[in-house]
Amino acid sequence: MSISGSPKEIGKISFGLMDPETYRDMSATKVITADTYDDDGYPIDMGLMDPRLGVIDPGLECRTCGQHSGSCNGHFGHIELAAPVIHVGFAKLIRRLLRGTCRECGRISLTEDEQAEFADRLERAKELGDDPDDVLKAAIRQARKTSRCPYCGETQYDIKHEKPTTYYEVQDVLAGEYSEIIADAMQPDDEDDEGMAPTELADETGIALDRINDILGGEFRPREEDRKALEKALDIDLTEEDENKLMPSDIRDWFEDIPDEDLANIGVNPETSRPEWMILTVLPVPPVTTRPSITLDNGQRSEDDLTHKLVDIIRINQRFMENREAGAPQLIIEDLWELLQYHVTTFVDNEISGTPPARHRSGRPLKTLSQRLKGKEGRFRGSLSGKRVNFSARTVISPDPTLSLNEVGVPERVAREMTQTMNVSERNIEEARTYVRNGPEGHPGANYVKRPDGRRLKVTEKNCEELAEKVEPDWEVSRHLTDGDIIVFNRQPSLHRMSIMAHEVVVMPYKTFRLNTTVCTPYNADFDGDEMNMHALQNEEARAEARVLMRVQEQMLSPRFGENIIGAIQDHISGTYLLTRNNPTFTENQALDLLRATSVDELPDPDGEEDGEPVWEGRTVFSELLPDDLNLEFRSEADDEVVIEDGQLLQGTIDEGAIGAFGGDIVDTITKEYSKTRARVFVNEVATLAMRSIMHFGFSIGIDDESIPPEASEQVDEAIEDAHERIDELIETYRAGDLNSIPGRTVDETLELKIMQTLGKARDSAGEIADDHFADDNPAVVMAQSGARGSMLNLTQMAGSVGQQTVSGERINRGYEGRTLSHFEPGDLSAKPHGFVENSYRSGLTPREFFFHAMGGREGLVDTAVRTSKSGYLQRRLINALSELEAQYDGTVRDTSGTVVQFEFGEDGTSPVKVSSDEDDPVDVEAITQRVLDAEFSSEEQKARFLGEQVEETNLSEFAGPGLNKAGQGVSDD
Amino acid sequence: MTDAEALPESFEHVDESTEALVEDTELPRRLKDRIYGAIEENEGATAEEIEEIVKAVVARYEDTRVDALDPVGTVSAQSIGEPGTQLTMNTFHFAGVAEIDVTQGLPRLIELVDARKTPDTPTMTVHLEEEYATDRDKAREVVWQIEATKILALGNVSTNVADMQVTIDLNEETLQKRWPTYDDVGEIAEQIQDTIESELKVATKRKGTTIAFGPEQPSYRELLQLVEELREVVFKGIEEVTRVVIRKEELDDREEEEFVLYTEGSAFGDVLEIEGVDTTRSTCNNIHEIHQELGIEAARETIINETHETLAEQGLDDVNVRHLMLVADIMTNRGTIESIGRHGISGSKESVLARAAFEVTVNHLLDAAVHGEVDDLDGVIENVIVGKPVSIGTGDVDLRMGSGSAMKSADD
Repeated sequence: MSISGSPKEIGKISFGLMDPETYRDMSATKVITADTYDDDGYPIDMGLMDPRLGVIDPGLECRTCGQHSGSCNGHFGHIELAAPVIHVGFAKLIRRLLRGTCRECGRISLTEDEQAEFADRLERAKELGDDPDDVLKAAIRQARKTSRCPYCGETQYDIKHEKPTTYYEVQDVLAGEYSEIIADAMQPDDEDDEGMAPTELADETGIALDRINDILGGEFRPREEDRKALEKALDIDLTEEDENKLMPSDIRDWFEDIPDEDLANIGVNPETSRPEWMILTVLPVPPVTTRPSITLDNGQRSEDDLTHKLVDIIRINQRFMENREAGAPQLIIEDLWELLQYHVTTFVDNEISGTPPARHRSGRPLKTLSQRLKGKEGRFRGSLSGKRVNFSARTVISPDPTLSLNEVGVPERVAREMTQTMNVSERNIEEARTYVRNGPEGHPGANYVKRPDGRRLKVTEKNCEELAEKVEPDWEVSRHLTDGDIIVFNRQPSLHRMSIMAHEVVVMPYKTFRLNTTVCTPYNADFDGDEMNMHALQNEEARAEARVLMRVQEQMLSPRFGENIIGAIQDHISGTYLLTRNNPTFTENQALDLLRATSVDELPDPDGEEDGEPVWEGRTVFSELLPDDLNLEFRSEADDEVVIEDGQLLQGTIDEGAIGAFGGDIVDTITKEYSKTRARVFVNEVATLAMRSIMHFGFSIGIDDESIPPEASEQVDEAIEDAHERIDELIETYRAGDLNSIPGRTVDETLELKIMQTLGKARDSAGEIADDHFADDNPAVVMAQSGARGSMLNLTQMAGSVGQQTVSGERINRGYEGRTLSHFEPGDLSAKPHGFVENSYRSGLTPREFFFHAMGGREGLVDTAVRTSKSGYLQRRLINALSELEAQYDGTVRDTSGTVVQFEFGEDGTSPVKVSSDEDDPVDVEAITQRVLDAEFSSEEQKARFLGEQVEETNLSEFAGPGLNKAGQGVSDD
Repeated sequence: MTDAEALPESFEHVDESTEALVEDTELPRRLKDRIYGAIEENEGATAEEIEEIVKAVVARYEDTRVDALDPVGTVSAQSIGEPGTQLTMNTFHFAGVAEIDVTQGLPRLIELVDARKTPDTPTMTVHLEEEYATDRDKAREVVWQIEATKILALGNVSTNVADMQVTIDLNEETLQKRWPTYDDVGEIAEQIQDTIESELKVATKRKGTTIAFGPEQPSYRELLQLVEELREVVFKGIEEVTRVVIRKEELDDREEEEFVLYTEGSAFGDVLEIEGVDTTRSTCNNIHEIHQELGIEAARETIINETHETLAEQGLDDVNVRHLMLVADIMTNRGTIESIGRHGISGSKESVLARAAFEVTVNHLLDAAVHGEVDDLDGVIENVIVGKPVSIGTGDVDLRMGSGSAMKSADD
């Protein structure tokens, strides 16, 4: 088994048990010494670190393959076990086989017909993809019922399994005091029973009389048939249970007799896995490379857990052999055997219930084979399904509104580390040489070059000039990331596909990744210290796929609800809201300033004149960003009718409902009807326009923005007082027993419900009162109404009253007996003692209110913590169950083995990405017909797009390709 | 939607050339018929217009199709899992009917996906047949047949320790209300007496509507135990259904109102047998009961509806139903309901590696060895493990980017 012999691409993997002979053949050496290194630090021959098992120390040569550490994968060795031991993993199966097979001939205790039936069931299970283990279990269950082997007629005994690895055969043997029992039964005990004379007994059982006498005298032990006859004649039970321990060697002999055909019938593949191989006679010793020893700072060697375990095994094994050769008593041998079994068991699995785990000297349980594979950090989930990768970077993120949403700001330090391979040719040789000349320290430089002969040279500050001259076509240069390169960007938790998107690099100073704020939504990122990961792509296919499929603009629409997930957020929305709500006017200077960061560089005709100067309306300014032939009507979040005709915003406010992430109508329409490139341009420009706009108006919020005039707070107090009175009334009626319960609820519950309702209303009316006193230009109101951030409820709580605090949906009812805090009377059902907070956040909470508020807040925190772990697991299970499903060319949905799951995805084959989930009708034939007949097209181009004559051109970069590019060539359809 | 039976021939304004044009497209039947319908409604159109209509419809249709090789499974899983983070953990909440508590939010979603044998809060929505649905008394009749009637609802139970006697004083009015088909209260009382005798296995005495009984041997303990047992005896209705709530609801299509029953506890099969129950509209939130009574297709439909309602209750009704359909379809794909997780779909995968990488790693490997299984490395997870391209999406395309030398050799 050399490296050169291992296949480059794995076609399939077969699983099976291994024959002890194969272990020996495979083994590089037999291991007999329990030691690792000698005093000089050299590995001991035939020890656990034998150089034939592979090398870990640099410089040494592997004695098996001759390679050095790093290229030698290591080789297995073996330990000859002094006596066979059971492999714990198969303990259950061993039990089953012992119970289901004949102790004498080894055949499964089922008739040929029964076996054939199970073989059929097995076949069926395989076809249906059911678990073959179920068939095996059923077969054993049935076989266990037969008390005699149908082939050799041997009586079968029950098997007792003492976990983890001890088996007993439970036999009925002749009781020790059999003669007394028989004699007792023969005595007449009362009048009806005359007793039985030995002669009678002899007649009845057909046993010779002197034999009977011998038996009665305890001189002869009756054989099975005789015993049965005696039992029948005297109606007695002569047996007692006896447990006969089955040693692993016995089991091995037993299993060797099981014929191949029988095994195949119950689903055990005899070719790959003979059952006797489940009992180990030879223990493979894993290569050194799988259990490397670490040299500590003080020069001491620290061995791997597996090595420790192997040391134990070899020691006991040696002792066992010595004792046996010395002819030690059976008892000692058995003890040693058990000890050997224990060590081999814990070597395989150290978390067996009922067995004390093997521990390290420090008391830490050892991590043995099973533990290495299991669990999240185990080999499968931790090293095979999820791998560590090169060319990745992680740092804090921060916002940069000047970037396009397709871009990401990459710190120069990161760009110097992440490289892209450049194939040098005649055309780019000068470029390549410049990179190399810049060296690894200069920015766009190079870190390595690769000569055509495959040799890789590191570019250093010293050799870069020299190396640059040597670069020729067919060389490869690992150059630094530069502006325009494509990379993949990711923020955990990666809950949906928009959590990993491709961005174009913009190399920047300082040490954080810079993002356009509009991509915060898909990543669910903010800038309070979030970190993100970046991966530099390493081959042309990956880069092409990333550009075409994964770039941010391509991920504009969420497959969850089929509308845009990227759009304006927070201040962008406040900005456009201020710009369009009252439709303010701007002078030429102001209007140009608003649009200066966009590609618009010419203003349309002015909307009017003020003080002799031409002015432009806010809606006109906004309209400059819209496609010229856009027609759209919808209701805005602020609840007014928005009308866009021929790319002109005629009326309405632009708020979250128009341009927001999560289905802003304008963004959604542009993405679907124009192109993703056009939508990207629109979102970018809206963001910049909005930033300019909000800066023009000025926007801030402070504590005074939530204060209400004294008369208003009086009104609030009144409303709350009112509620208190009504609650007192409710409690009174309740106490009087006059409260009518809501059907299906108790009176107590009804009272609670009614109190909650009253208090809820009280808070709402407090909110309404506060609301009335806020001007429309109050920043909190602007944010709440435009949908930028916060809600009217937040405002109510800040200015009016915080309201009822709840724990698991109820008023606070815990604490002392009959009351929540010692400040209240026991049995008081009114609002205050149960967590109603009258005050607003601005006016400040009383200590009691604060405490109740903290109770409610704590519940929220616990809830989120529990939820994240639960939903994370749900997500993992869903992904695992559905990951294999794929839409096929024929429209069906199948898994990778070809099983049809749906004949057409979602019953109509409609893509969830392209159609909004609240759309009932993906193809609205009637509307299409109407539109064609009415010829409602603003331009020829729009018509062409509508008829599908004009296809969206693939845009590959911010800097090039069709559509708009950053250089400001204007929107193509403008 | 246009009626499927409305054949093109019945349209006045659809001529042969139109038909030829439409039929030549790859549109599904339903869309073709709708084009005819639309043309008909607009009383015909010029050939040019028709051509444009067809072109536009085809363009729109093709635009909205799923791409071949789209990894729809992963996308659907993400689309359901991602909003899971936004669901509440609060188990109980009132859904629709204020009187009945129903598990909601994330716990309910997990319950559905787990395909639990019994949900945490089983409920049924029982619709009634017309004559029962409009008449409160008749609706009540159905209620009494569904709701489990226990002794405390029928009268007073008093325990006389001195005489070692339990006395039940039945309320005549209640009896008549709950057994409307009987005229004589005595008959009802007799029936109740019989039930007690057979259930508790004691001799009883009855006088009018008063029933008395006691333990055979005077024993205080036994007496109390009898009373305990008596409380649990179901005299009428379905044992599993502890409460039924009647609600008047507006019908969707008509302006009429009807009575709808909501139950706490479920026994769907039993309810379907009851006269007056509209079996076509009544449902149950236990997918296994639906499966047993109405079959796997109905179970699939219930999974879709229940998951959708759970999400909608939390304001996440924007999740496309197609994702829910795919989950329901894979859960019901084999004709029985399989859970999502190690006991269901993930545990019965063909690939050893895929199973080992999910949960219970070691056992899967050991079993695979015994059965001599072979992993053909078809799936996604296996290929991630062995480091091969995954055969889904762009990895499933057998096209290769040509390089100079490879192109040349291909030309040869």
